[in-house]
Amino acid sequence: MWFNRLNLKIARIHLFSKKKQTVIASLGVTFGIAMFVLMISVMTGVNKLLEDTQLTSTPHVRIYRDVGHERPTLLSLYNSGDTNWNLVHHQKPKDEPLNLRNGLLIARSLEKNPAVLGVSPQVSSQVFFNYGPAQLSGMLVGVDMEKEDRLYNVRSKVKSGSLEALVSSNDGILMGKGLADKMQVKAGDKVTVTTPKGDVVLLRVVGTFQMGIGAIDNVRCYTSLQTVQKILQQNTRYITDIHVKLLDLNKSTPLAREWQDRFGYRAEDWETANATILVSFTIRNIMTGVVVMTLLVVAGFGIYNIMNMTVYDKMKDIAIMKATGFESKDIIGVFISQAAFIGLMGAVVGLCIGYILSYLVSRVPFDGGEFLSVDHFPVNFDPKFYVFGIVFGVVTTILAGYFPSRKASKVDPVEILRG
Amino acid sequence: MEKVLVAKGLNKYFTEPNRFQVLKNITFSVEKGEFLSVIGKSGCGKSTLLYLLSTMDTDYEGSIEMKGQLLTGKGQNELAKFRNKNLGFVFQFHYLLPEFSALENVMLPALKLGEYSKEEIESRAYEKLKLLDMHDYALKKSTKLSGGQQQRVAIARALINDPAIIMGDEPTGNLDKANTDTVFNIFKELSREMGQTIITVTHDRDFANSSDRIIEMSDGEIIKGN
Ligand SMILES: Nc1ncnc2c1ncn2[C@@H]1O[C@H](COP(=O)(O)OP(=O)(O)OP(=O)(O)O)[C@@H](O)[C@H]1O
Ligand SMILES: [Mg+2]
Repeated sequence: MWFNRLNLKIARIHLFSKKKQTVIASLGVTFGIAMFVLMISVMTGVNKLLEDTQLTSTPHVRIYRDVGHERPTLLSLYNSGDTNWNLVHHQKPKDEPLNLRNGLLIARSLEKNPAVLGVSPQVSSQVFFNYGPAQLSGMLVGVDMEKEDRLYNVRSKVKSGSLEALVSSNDGILMGKGLADKMQVKAGDKVTVTTPKGDVVLLRVVGTFQMGIGAIDNVRCYTSLQTVQKILQQNTRYITDIHVKLLDLNKSTPLAREWQDRFGYRAEDWETANATILVSFTIRNIMTGVVVMTLLVVAGFGIYNIMNMTVYDKMKDIAIMKATGFESKDIIGVFISQAAFIGLMGAVVGLCIGYILSYLVSRVPFDGGEFLSVDHFPVNFDPKFYVFGIVFGVVTTILAGYFPSRKASKVDPVEILRG
Repeated sequence: MEKVLVAKGLNKYFTEPNRFQVLKNITFSVEKGEFLSVIGKSGCGKSTLLYLLSTMDTDYEGSIEMKGQLLTGKGQNELAKFRNKNLGFVFQFHYLLPEFSALENVMLPALKLGEYSKEEIESRAYEKLKLLDMHDYALKKSTKLSGGQQQRVAIARALINDPAIIMGDEPTGNLDKANTDTVFNIFKELSREMGQTIITVTHDRDFANSSDRIIEMSDGEIIKGN
């Protein structure tokens, strides 16, 4: 075998008789691994923050009634067949209410599904906010705040006022911060709202929230289900949307398809709804991958050079050992043991330094501005990276020690000893 | 008598800087327990021949047999095993492992062979060092020893596995008269008492004359002693 006691002993003597060289070789590994850890932690930290910001504020599956959803024309029913051509220009939807019949029942049955994390039935309506002579369009969303909070953690996004005030009042709204800033309203102010049907109602702002996404913060206002139902003059079973969060985001596509078939309403999965965002995630992840790969390749070559030198430095020793009866596998064993030690030591120190650097970066104050609600630089301390770092460091170093030592173990010893 | 080494038609070429033949059709045999000296002018190919015989150089024409085994054409690892057990070699420039003490240098081939326990090997190594009057330096790093001291450690190392054949390339080249006599007596005794075969290259005429047989080389050929 490669690693018998004798070979390990020889390796140990080699390592400790030239401490300086051992330390320098390990530092080569250390540097590569530390840079890897720092780089991947910071890059994925940023990516994760962006993804989380997007993800936490969007439903995994949204069930709603699509206007004019897959309705065959009357003509095609009467005049069907392969030989007939039916032309219907600009077909319009029937005058149907936008609600989901049995919406609350659907929501209740979804809640029982083990793959589901939370369900929030809601009523959303396009509205105008009257701001002096100007009208700002917005979205009034009636929710059961307790359920909505489970899905989107609204409580932590509240910038002023409180959630409780919303629950307890029957004309209160929680306004997106962007919208509130535009209209210059504060908690306690009253705003006039025009509904799609033309009704005008007076609502009271009880607070503001910020999700960190302009598309939401600049248009959305939360209120209770009853308040919107009342404004729209609908009964208490009137539900227009059901938002669902799953335990596993990746199941959103098949589940959405299943539910669409089961309930007969449009069920839109996260990926379809956020196709453009997904593309940008993909590109960012590819970029991260390329940078990290480059770093690893460079580090790998550095390690290879170091081990190559370590082995060639010992060429004469290798020849003497062979002359006195050591076989190729012994030579390889001796150098692989050394490589493993150098790799392990270098990688462990590298992880520590990488961790310290990442920690320092994570303490750097960073203003996310309007868009992101962070005050420090985002860094991802995923243990996966550290495991990968140490495995990569040790495996690369061992390989980097294996190839030159295998080559060295094959030469005739006299080639070296003859000088 | 039993032949322990048979070399037939050995030819060896060097191609650097240009091709020339160092050894020309060398054929000879050595008997068990024989103490053989190889002499000849500097550059005539003595070391080269010894490297072939030691199996450390496999790039040659002809055949080498030792202890009835044909070694020509065998793989590196098999040859290494054979050397470990059956061959003791003292280099012209007494190569020791620089990171190891004198004792460790002597012990390593025996540890590799693994026939004795570590304690036994250590006491045997001490014995061999004592034979060459080097036991006081046993724990000294090999790089801290003088040339002659290193040479004696190298001889001790060649003896450690009680090999059938001991080869030395000017093993007494760096030694004073007294030490040369010691080494000569050791070799003599090993060949007489233990039946070990000794092949040494030497420039020392007296040393050669006292041995059992002399082979004289010139320009890559054996001219006397066959
Ligand atoms: N690696 C080599 N490449 C080319 N020529 C070599 C090489 N090694 C030795 N020679 C040549 O081969 C010839 C024989 O060399 P060798 O070392 O066998 O001589 P030697 O008889 O041992 O001499 P010395 O008594 O000085 O040790 C010399 O002419 C030498 O120059
Ligand atoms: Mg020579």
